[in-house]
Amino acid sequence: MTKTGISWFRFSSPATFYPLAGRLVPWFGTAAAVLALVGLYLGFFVAPTDYQQGESYRIIFIHVPAAWMAMFTYLVMAGWCAASLIWNTRMSAMMAQALAPTGAMFAFVSLWTGAFWGRPTWGTYWVWDARLTSTLILLFLYLGYIALRSAIDDPRRADRASALLALVGVVNVPIIYFSVKWWNTLHQGASVSMTAAPKMAQTMLVTMLIMAFAAWFYTIAVALHRVRSIILEREAHTDWVRALVQRSPQ
Amino acid sequence: MHATDPIDVLRAVRWACGRDLLLAMRSKSEVALVLVFFILVISLFPLGVSPDPKLLERIAPGIAWVAALLASLLSLPRLFAIDHADGSLEQLALAPAPLAAIVAGKVLAHWLANGLPLVLLAPLAGVQFGLSLETNAALTLGLLLGTPTLSWLGAIGAALTLGTRAGSALLALLVLPLAVPILIFGAGAAESVAVGLGAQAHLSLLGAGMIVAWVFGPFAAALAVRIAYE
Repeated sequence: MTKTGISWFRFSSPATFYPLAGRLVPWFGTAAAVLALVGLYLGFFVAPTDYQQGESYRIIFIHVPAAWMAMFTYLVMAGWCAASLIWNTRMSAMMAQALAPTGAMFAFVSLWTGAFWGRPTWGTYWVWDARLTSTLILLFLYLGYIALRSAIDDPRRADRASALLALVGVVNVPIIYFSVKWWNTLHQGASVSMTAAPKMAQTMLVTMLIMAFAAWFYTIAVALHRVRSIILEREAHTDWVRALVQRSPQ
Repeated sequence: MHATDPIDVLRAVRWACGRDLLLAMRSKSEVALVLVFFILVISLFPLGVSPDPKLLERIAPGIAWVAALLASLLSLPRLFAIDHADGSLEQLALAPAPLAAIVAGKVLAHWLANGLPLVLLAPLAGVQFGLSLETNAALTLGLLLGTPTLSWLGAIGAALTLGTRAGSALLALLVLPLAVPILIFGAGAAESVAVGLGAQAHLSLLGAGMIVAWVFGPFAAALAVRIAYE
């Protein structure tokens, strides 16, 4: 640890991270809300109607950011898991634990909105397309992580066991993605392909990026809020949590 | 950590493998049950889908692979759970021999006792579904290369769930999504032979997966066992 500058390891202690997270949550939450409002306004009222897909394409403003966040969150979660296995820091494991439900939620949202988009556009709710299938498997990876955590009573053991699972999973995610992609192309020609969609108009792209940032800030805000609850739950035996609870009885 | 002699590592692998094989031989009926389960699941599909030989020939590799996946799940609890219950796994974890070597020996024994019989039975399943000789060979070869990787994924899952409340359903949730690539390449090998393409690409990928599993599997599974005893 260096003596100069900010010591980031200071925040690896739950006692110092708890107030920091509390100060950050409103900022990220507000940013997410403002961006989502702007993005939804642009998406519903400003972006032009697609000449092929009509109005139904507007669901991509939710769908694509959700799919991005689902994948990205798994990577971030695996990063925290690696940190918790390497440095044995409690905060890293708690961050991973806090991220998992949001990632699973985004994976589910992207599948659900994809089904609603697929019905008018492809004529079916579900196809065994490479992206759909790998997102479904990603959802199962999230659920496995959450289930393993909740099946182990000792929190420290749960930290380490689920961290190892997430790392095995993150090594497997690209393999799963490419195997599924290859499987699909071997079976049938791509009857439906998202890459063949017409090039997006500028407004659509900007709106989608705004929504992606909204999803990003939402994830950060929710994860920080959740990690505060996890800290209180797991550090309930410490003096500072007791003092905190006594100061603000709820 | 003291430096370990490579000969010690090999001795530990051989010892653990021999011990578990002996235990498997003493409970032959349990090993046989897994095989019966494999054939039973395969035999259910014609009843559930259709006895049409054309259709069955097309879906046979996939059915055989799904059945092999489920059968390999069924035998996983025997890998660590029994040793965990009677305390011998803890002694093995404390032993001076490297745990990764002992785990490797145990997984090797598990594959020899449960995976290899499945591989040897697979041609029979192929005959049941009227597969051609080449397709049947690709199916069997695919299983031969793929089942060790399944054993390693299963070993990590089995060690992580040691002593947890959720049991075998959790194990399935952990292992099956990770096994998806093996299923795709394994079933793909037989299928690509059936449609006239070579199986070489699929088999190479399965082989590569097996090598990666044998290189990283022992350390991951040993870590998982250590976590169970923290």
